[in-house]
Amino acid sequence: MNIADKLTDEQYKENFKEITPPFSRNAAINEANRCLFCYDSPCTKACPTHIDIPTFIKKIATENIIGSAKTILSSNWAALTCAKACPVEILCEGSCVYVEKGEKAIEIGRLQRYAIDNYFESGTPKLFTPKKKNGKSVGIVGSGPAGLACAAELALIGYDVQIYESKETPGGLDTWGIAPYKTIQADSLKEVELVKSFGVKIQTGIRVGDDITIDELLKKHNSIFIGIGLGESGKLRIPGENLKGVVDALEFIEEVKKEKYKTVDVGKNVAIIGAGNTAIDAATEAKRLGAEKVMIIYRRTAEEMPANSFEYRLAKNDGIIFHFLTSPVEFIGKKNIESIKCIKVELGKKDESGRRRPVPVKNSEFEIPVDMVIYALGQLANSDFLKTIPGLKVNNGCVIVNEETYQTNNPKVFAGGDCINGGKEVVNAAYDGKRAADGIDKYLNKIN
Amino acid sequence: MVDLSIDCGGIKSPNPFWLASAPPSNSAYQNCKAFEQGWGGTVWKTIGEPVMNVCNRYGGLDLNGDKIVGLNNIELISDRPIEVNLKEIAETKKLWPDRAVVVSLMVESKKETWHDIVKRTIDTGADGIELNYGCPHGMSERGMGAAVGQVPDYCKMITEWVTEVSTIPVLVKLTPNVTDIRYPARAAKVANASGISLINTINSIIGVDIDTLKIQPTVAGKSSHGGFAGPAVKPIALHMISQVASDPEVKLPISGIGGISTWRDAVEFILLGSTSVQLCTAVMHYGFRIINDLVEGLTNWMESKGFTSIEDFRGKAIEQIEDFGNFNLLHKTVARIDQSKCIHCNLCHIACEDGAHQCIDLIPVNGHNKTEVREEDCVGCCLCSLVCPVEGCISMVRVDDETKSKTWNELIKDFEKQGKPLTWENLAEFQKEHGIVIH
Repeated sequence: MNIADKLTDEQYKENFKEITPPFSRNAAINEANRCLFCYDSPCTKACPTHIDIPTFIKKIATENIIGSAKTILSSNWAALTCAKACPVEILCEGSCVYVEKGEKAIEIGRLQRYAIDNYFESGTPKLFTPKKKNGKSVGIVGSGPAGLACAAELALIGYDVQIYESKETPGGLDTWGIAPYKTIQADSLKEVELVKSFGVKIQTGIRVGDDITIDELLKKHNSIFIGIGLGESGKLRIPGENLKGVVDALEFIEEVKKEKYKTVDVGKNVAIIGAGNTAIDAATEAKRLGAEKVMIIYRRTAEEMPANSFEYRLAKNDGIIFHFLTSPVEFIGKKNIESIKCIKVELGKKDESGRRRPVPVKNSEFEIPVDMVIYALGQLANSDFLKTIPGLKVNNGCVIVNEETYQTNNPKVFAGGDCINGGKEVVNAAYDGKRAADGIDKYLNKIN
Repeated sequence: MVDLSIDCGGIKSPNPFWLASAPPSNSAYQNCKAFEQGWGGTVWKTIGEPVMNVCNRYGGLDLNGDKIVGLNNIELISDRPIEVNLKEIAETKKLWPDRAVVVSLMVESKKETWHDIVKRTIDTGADGIELNYGCPHGMSERGMGAAVGQVPDYCKMITEWVTEVSTIPVLVKLTPNVTDIRYPARAAKVANASGISLINTINSIIGVDIDTLKIQPTVAGKSSHGGFAGPAVKPIALHMISQVASDPEVKLPISGIGGISTWRDAVEFILLGSTSVQLCTAVMHYGFRIINDLVEGLTNWMESKGFTSIEDFRGKAIEQIEDFGNFNLLHKTVARIDQSKCIHCNLCHIACEDGAHQCIDLIPVNGHNKTEVREEDCVGCCLCSLVCPVEGCISMVRVDDETKSKTWNELIKDFEKQGKPLTWENLAEFQKEHGIVIH
């Protein structure tokens, strides 16, 4: 592979520094005071976890920071990750009444981060006390935001909670899947530690299905929560996919997330296939690692692109080149990837996703020389594992659950997060986990 | 063409903006710098008895991130000898003949001492004298400052000592730390003062540092009350100025002081009867340079209103001041919400629901709550329009037919004529007659 030149440590540090710096104390108080303290506030409604935003912001204004953190955490256990990685433009901040007034929305994400950072920095004082053990046990598969939220809630109401995590480091995508200029692993691990402080046990390096069977879990625990997220990225199934230099976006992002930037090889010319938020992460990370030219190849246009406008702007600012209405047909190379043969496409009628279907333009093939291809076509479901759970109903790769209780078709099994929604935000997973805990508690109280 | 010049009790200046007797007017350097930048006058920081200052001297009141909405101080009068000050005053006046140089004085309560300092002040060529009867700390414990201003008899006596020898105008500066400011003002009038300046600072403790548990400002662990000034005191100053301006026994030119930061504030003080206005805290916060906007803003406002001189609008608002008993009980307004401007913060709802008369409902419409005023239950208090963050969204609309009027005093007279006692039942009858529903 034609590897891009390595950068200096200072350059890596600069390239991967936080894109949204924390508030200073004064700036936080000033911003908090700008909040109108709306009654019945639209930001709270827009937050998938319904954090009482005006209340936590007013507590920042009065410098009741611990109280502010408690308000936030009471609704969302992935509070730090969400504060830094949530698409606030389309959630809380996007619905701020100031927007309707034609003024700048309150910087809710940054204020939340201010409160939670302060909480962790002040030594994580005890805000929540688990109730007396109720003698029941719940097993949780996956330690991502859904699993952690479910675990935290259950532990606090007296359950014995055991999380099974296949990786050596817990936290799921919060630890491994978010660009380092948004969150670093330490952020996610603080959230993990908080949940562990409620008595939750996390066993890492254990893959359910391989190292322990699902039947064993079902015997061992009164109930099971599945928060496994999704599996590997989808493939195009075109020739040349096995060439050296063709990699999965998630694996690439995981490598970068280790913050050992010098050890991550990146091609001089990199093409990302796909245009979701993960594709943008991969593209900007490749660029920040030193790639000379980074392209996003997408068969539709900016309008249909799944990445949100914030991510799109981020990529444009990083100098990422967008090849819209372009579809790869073959990866060319001897041993290493050397170029991508693409075809121009046009948008035809709408397909079942509501987006216009790309139709190839005849005789429009062309080649783009590349040294590396990163696949970011969206993650596929972990179907093989899901099949091993008795009675589980799966539709289009998503586990079917009751919308209120998050119970699957197997009454002992509950699920939440990306494995039920096909891949949404951290904040959605955090909410699912919390709600599922309630569903599990109600279920276990009913049957006993 | 707008003329900003004024004559305040015989003291003339090219514009109404004077530095108040305070740290910004401490020295020739400062006063001359202020004049260079356009200030109309100065009241030289009080000269008089020997004093020594302490540190720290100030405490700031910050509000929701805004710095110094109020400022308290325990600084004393000038801590430089009288001779040094008088020399600088004479030099300054010589350099700036067209500006008002007023000298603030405070000496022990002895006739001879006052006569002496007044004569020496006149010798500097100063335009006027201001008697500091207001300083609320440090000096009052020594029988000066507020200790004089709080006792109308002392106020009268000392003012007489000054006016009997002074050949230049004498302003008496009043302390607000009294129950009724009209009494010391009347005393000044009786003693032949040329005018009054008000208000001096208000007794205050600015706050306690809840980390160190120390009262602010702290002087090596000790603290005391100080004098409160700055934007936060403006409403109190406006009230006291309106009191003396509307009192038939006072009838003296007024130099208005108390929280003036902008030309807008100055306009309000003048509308309530002030001729000159004095500033201190705003200068301490931002420097003399604020004079540019003060003069320009006032000029532009006067032009927009068609006023050509300060006298054109001075005191224009005073005639509205009326006893509560003479207000029209049949005047009725209700809140109207402009739905096209509403941003759905719903602060009006919760303010009315919890803090007023429960007449703004929330009606669910398209995913948000629409606010709706039940006009028949609205008492017209206007709280909702005050909490609303959107300009012009909630207005108070008059809904009575504007033909009827009945004041409380008239109503009581009617009752007397009809031989009716003032009872809830008789009041209810009047309310019913006029369709007034009390919730």
